[in-house]
Amino acid sequence: MSSAIDAVQTESAKAPTNWSLWFRQIGAIFRLEIEKNFFSRRSLLIYLIAFLPLFPLTILALITPPGREWKDFNQYTVIYSFIYNAFIMRTLVFFGSAWIFMNLFRGELVDRSLHYYFLSAVRREVLVVAKYISGLATSIILFTGTTVIAMLLLYFPHFYSQSVRYFTEGKGFTQLLTYAGITILACIGYGAFFLFVGLFVRNPIIPAVLLYGWEWLNFLLPPLLKKISVIHYLNSLVPVPMSEGPFAVVAEPTPAYIAVPSMLVVTLLVLILAAYRIRHMEIRYGSD
Amino acid sequence: MSTPDQLIIFDNVSKFYGEILGVNRVNLQIASGITSLVGPNGAGKSTLMNLMTGLLRPTRGSIEVLGIPTDQPEQLFRKVGYCTQFDSFPRGVTGREFLTSFLLVHGFDRKRANELSHVALERVNLVAAADRKVAGYSKGMRQRIRLAQSIAHEPVVLILDEPLNGLDPMVRAETIALFLKLAAEGLHLIISSHILHEVDMMSDRVVLLNNGYIVAEGSTHGVRDEMEDHPMQILIRCDQPAKLAAYVFAKDHVVEARLHEDRRGLFVKTRDADRFYLMLNHAVAEGEVSVESIAPVDDDLTAVYQYLIGTSGGSE
Repeated sequence: MSSAIDAVQTESAKAPTNWSLWFRQIGAIFRLEIEKNFFSRRSLLIYLIAFLPLFPLTILALITPPGREWKDFNQYTVIYSFIYNAFIMRTLVFFGSAWIFMNLFRGELVDRSLHYYFLSAVRREVLVVAKYISGLATSIILFTGTTVIAMLLLYFPHFYSQSVRYFTEGKGFTQLLTYAGITILACIGYGAFFLFVGLFVRNPIIPAVLLYGWEWLNFLLPPLLKKISVIHYLNSLVPVPMSEGPFAVVAEPTPAYIAVPSMLVVTLLVLILAAYRIRHMEIRYGSD
Repeated sequence: MSTPDQLIIFDNVSKFYGEILGVNRVNLQIASGITSLVGPNGAGKSTLMNLMTGLLRPTRGSIEVLGIPTDQPEQLFRKVGYCTQFDSFPRGVTGREFLTSFLLVHGFDRKRANELSHVALERVNLVAAADRKVAGYSKGMRQRIRLAQSIAHEPVVLILDEPLNGLDPMVRAETIALFLKLAAEGLHLIISSHILHEVDMMSDRVVLLNNGYIVAEGSTHGVRDEMEDHPMQILIRCDQPAKLAAYVFAKDHVVEARLHEDRRGLFVKTRDADRFYLMLNHAVAEGEVSVESIAPVDDDLTAVYQYLIGTSGGSE
């Protein structure tokens, strides 16, 4: 029987590498995964997590809460820093990434449909990359969107004209981009971690909760241990640092030119390990 | 004489799930045509197929499919299609989307993927239901869409795990005709079944598995003869074992009749269990003996024997 896939092989063999085939396969997997991430029943929880901070902010937009700080425009950078640090970065991005990236493989093991990918003529490393990119696209779209909308929703309703000036002439737009950049970096870092964990642990909630505790207790850790966390590098990049309280162990923030590449290198290493794991993975749904 | 790149080769392959045996010391060479893996549930048929397709990795030994190691899916699945027993699908897809999406993952462009999925749907007679959600398919339709998925990329090796399960007689006949057609086109077809009769008519070769071991292999008739030559031992508990021994010993298919130590039972070795049971029924009906119980002594062999003799007997 003439195999049409041989034609693809022959076609791709003309090129010095298989890159064109891999890009095509990544595109195909990406489309499938994006559809699942945005339009499946599982995605309802993600929408809920992503838009959760917007509900209280909408209420705050309608009523001005009591307290001096809410009447002072200059305090809003501090208020947003608190909202971003405590709710968006540490909670929303964290648990949102956990749900999205752990389900990339774990979800299909639960659904017993991962074998269809494994029975396709696709390198398993390509599968890991494609799934990771799809998770990244999903989390970045949702959580960066929330980061931006939350900031605008905080500033504009109460101080419209000042906010317009702040975002067009002042530091507002730069801060907005910085926060969005930190969210993207958080998705990259947490995403790789949770994808990796989802490959090894049957119930990924436990490592997620452990990491969550570790990240929250980061302010108590000695400077050396602080660096073994994602939150330390993200905190180092925040334009308006949040006070960590009287018991916090103070450590020098890591400069952006170290923090960003470090996060990316660690992410790459984690993805290589994930690819190795997938390369050697067996399909035994009964035991998964 | 086939060369290694025309064969599926198992070289001393063992697979253990922890301490549980999947298959042990399998040495096998499978050439083109239809090869059936036959054995009871738990015999190791699916394990062997999953090993062949890299879904499982051998604990020991190595496997090559047409010269390709099974840990290279990017090469392997250009030549291999596998219809598993996993009755699950990605959520929310129609039959056509299911086929097309995985053809795109293979690397085909959209136009070619659409063409190939349509051809596969035609081959399994599912065109009419192609645009319905797979979740709403009957068991037989789900079986056929999985079959379509395994043949859609036009593989040269087709591995089918219990492919006739859930099919009604008409579709079953059509599916068998499709297998024969594919085999005539030069494909390797490896089909598993726990019913010998199901694959008897279409197989060029049978591999008989039991408890993780290959018990027999060869042409269907050869395996049947091999098993028939191997006597089966049965223990009959009855009121007059000595009388029964005299009664059965005259029969040509009885190899041995030996009294139990407690003298309340009789061990009989026979080459034809069906005939023996028939004869025993006559003896009981004629009032020669009163039988308390009948039990095969060699369980492994019994299981295999029942598959070969019992099932085919039922088909006669």
